Amino acid sequence: MIEWFTLVQVIVAGIAAVICVVAGLSKRGPNDYTVGSIALIELLLVAQLVVSIVAQTVGNHSRGNIVEFYIYLVVALLLAPLAVVWALVDRSRWSNVVMGAGAFAVAVMTWRMYQIWTQQYF
Amino acid sequence: MVEKKSTRAVGVGRVLIAVYGLLALSAAGRSVFQIATQFTEAPLAYSLSGLSALVYIVATIALIGKGTTWYRVAWGTISFELVGVVFVGLMTIVAPEIFVPRSGGPHTDSSTVWTYFGIGYGFVPLVLPILGMLWLVRTRPTTPPVERVADTPVERSTSQTTGDSADPEG
Repeated sequence: MIEWFTLVQVIVAGIAAVICVVAGLSKRGPNDYTVGSIALIELLLVAQLVVSIVAQTVGNHSRGNIVEFYIYLVVALLLAPLAVVWALVDRSRWSNVVMGAGAFAVAVMTWRMYQIWTQQYF
Repeated sequence: MVEKKSTRAVGVGRVLIAVYGLLALSAAGRSVFQIATQFTEAPLAYSLSGLSALVYIVATIALIGKGTTWYRVAWGTISFELVGVVFVGLMTIVAPEIFVPRSGGPHTDSSTVWTYFGIGYGFVPLVLPILGMLWLVRTRPTTPPVERVADTPVERSTSQTTGDSADPEG
């Protein structure tokens, strides 16, 4: 992983979580901004997957267990589309809250992935 | 009073189900990894972790399910989790050597979903069962719907004594 990219991911996911939860609590259903923010998170996660694979080949190796790293990454990659599907099925404001929770989870997971990669646990 | 459908999957309940599903997924993934790769380092902790993941999965299904049976299953699983997270949380503070092995091996992160009251998961494992219980109390299943009048035996016998014009034996 690359430090600045990880930071970008965590910040974007955090902002997305806030946008979604605030939209949900102010009784708005899923809209282009909330769903779009989750789509952006997914895009960044796909980029992260590419980065992780390429990094291994150019000498940036994970200090932690690579299997654990990829489990987190795969789960995170699955989470974002699931959240969007949820939002498309249930158009109520609670879907926004659900997506916000998913975005928050992705933020936490990304940070955990970074901890695994650099083997720095709190 | 309008008869509410006995489903708990609406509104806030959906968020509860979603977060439970998320927790179940995370706990399951992590415990599968821990059991598969580092079980011998902390067999008790990882067995409990696997068990908790299973219970979270069942709890998620029970919260979605309709009817009294699923309601009871939801109560059972959520109570089990609350007891679990409090117990393991206390144990990791009071007797860490049992649940938090200080192994010098390649895996330095041996915490589970209930370690330190679920601190690694933002205390969600601690707060969520409480919210779940509040939700279950609010959505206690209503009494069975009143039987439709045409199905009750009283009505049938009445129509028999008065003689049904369509009755061939009449």
